[in-house]
Amino acid sequence: MLGIDDPQIWVVYFLCVISSIFCIIYGISRWNKGDEPVYPEDKKWLEGEKKVEEVL
Amino acid sequence: MDNILILTIIVVIYLFVVGYLGYYGFRKTKNATDYLVAGRNIHPVVMALSYGATFISTSAIVGFGGAAALFGMGLLWLTFLNIFVGIIIAFICFGKPTRHIGRNLDVHTFPELLGRRFQSSFIQGFGGLIIFILMPLYSAAVLIGASRFLEATFAVDYNVALLIYTLIICAYVLAGGLKGVMYADAFQGAIMLIGMVFLLIFTYLKLGGVLVAHQSLAAMVSQVPDKLASVGHLGWTHMPKLGSSLWWTLVSTIVLGVGIGVLAQPQLTVRFMTVKSNKELNRAVLIGGIFILMTTGVAFTVGSLSNVYFFNNPEFGKVSLAVAGGNIDKIIPLYVNNAMPVWFVYLFTLTLLAAAMSTTSSHFHAMGTSIGRDFFETAILKGKQSKYTVLITRMGIVLAVLMTVVLGYKLPGSIIAIATAIFFGLCASVFLPTYMGTLFWRGMTKAGAISSMLTGFFGTTLWLLFIHKKESAALGVCQFIFNKPTLAKFPWIVVDQIVIILPIAFVVGIVVSLFTKKLSQEHLDNCFKHVK
Repeated sequence: MLGIDDPQIWVVYFLCVISSIFCIIYGISRWNKGDEPVYPEDKKWLEGEKKVEEVL
Repeated sequence: MDNILILTIIVVIYLFVVGYLGYYGFRKTKNATDYLVAGRNIHPVVMALSYGATFISTSAIVGFGGAAALFGMGLLWLTFLNIFVGIIIAFICFGKPTRHIGRNLDVHTFPELLGRRFQSSFIQGFGGLIIFILMPLYSAAVLIGASRFLEATFAVDYNVALLIYTLIICAYVLAGGLKGVMYADAFQGAIMLIGMVFLLIFTYLKLGGVLVAHQSLAAMVSQVPDKLASVGHLGWTHMPKLGSSLWWTLVSTIVLGVGIGVLAQPQLTVRFMTVKSNKELNRAVLIGGIFILMTTGVAFTVGSLSNVYFFNNPEFGKVSLAVAGGNIDKIIPLYVNNAMPVWFVYLFTLTLLAAAMSTTSSHFHAMGTSIGRDFFETAILKGKQSKYTVLITRMGIVLAVLMTVVLGYKLPGSIIAIATAIFFGLCASVFLPTYMGTLFWRGMTKAGAISSMLTGFFGTTLWLLFIHKKESAALGVCQFIFNKPTLAKFPWIVVDQIVIILPIAFVVGIVVSLFTKKLSQEHLDNCFKHVK
């Protein structure tokens, strides 16, 4: 397969491509899912993040 | 002279763009309402490219690409784990609860996430200290990878190349490269993606197409050096002999060590907290999957195929390892410089510059906050605000840069992949059980978390000092005490600690948690608020 004898190699060659395709399908199928409101914790977190950045 | 002029122009333009993007990103995060409400949150493409650029460095491209030239295409198992574990599991299973718990507890570093979740300043301080002391090993691996490429491309001495990179790092940090790194990293990720796509296409075209290239590599089985054949090498399109020394190194140290270790990488986990909602994480999976395939997948395939190019080229007539004088870290730089067109070599210089800087900047960010916020302010001052935190953080970054450069000069050849794997494996054994408890098990206790982390740390240290021969012989402690390089026999001397210590750390964390005082329900409810 693909000029490679060892199934442990050509299988993983395909697995790499298949898992990438899974990522593409997952991303597209959930493109508009998972929206969440802005919680008060989010605002507090961002204030803290700004302070960390300022230290750096 | 022309070379140096071209390099200078590339570096100046690159630093200018990255500096501008750093400033742009920093300015954007100044207004919290804009960031969160007006929809100007981090775009998923930016988030995924930034994560990818932080994850994939010159270590992966130069170091592990070179390792693929030695081990062969079996290294693609690492690419598979990089996508399956590093993207699919990390983003879908770990990313979402990390984001919520991180924000509920108002945490900004990885040790802080673990420390606040288990209400332990020790966990935060200990975690911070480990990251600060050991991360320079990984940063040095990245620096060496970049310097090896400069050495081959611009015909400068390796030590001079290292110095050039050190100056670039200093300029980068001073230009604000540690602030608002997301946009700069995403830009660098885009450069890496373009560079690697060209590298793959050129390589397959040069070697006669996908099928012919693979067949040519398979036909080279008789060219495997005797030294490698004797430890289990069966050819570059074969996995090493099952249970052989080479098989254990490939499977346990490189594939499992790095493949699993990515889940507990401090500089990567904090990326999950920066997105607005789970929607961005869902979208980022798409870009991340493509990015990792096109960076590590290409580097490992091209690294293996470099053997065909060098062997069939009358100028060399040898396999890659021999062409590089036994130093696998030099293989990818030599291959790109000899096999690719000149314009591509400059594009690849930019690719590696981007790969090195995006990762090292996140390292120095992590090391600075680890020593200032996690160790000094939390563990030493018990959370009191101090005017010295800024000073300690900045001094920590300077010290981290120094440690990285010193290691870059001192470490031996063929070290990039091994140094990276040691750091990833260590992070897995020390942090992963506690991190998983943080996200998925309300029953994990403070004592369980601490005992698991200590088991991971001391177990790994003892394994490296007394069992795993490559490190125990190099470190010399076992020789000094017991007058022999290792206390164990084959196969244990080639089995990576992650196979032994990580499961023990998990068991210790679980057992101790079952018999010790639980965290309060109120605290747990606060931690897991909004987590579905």
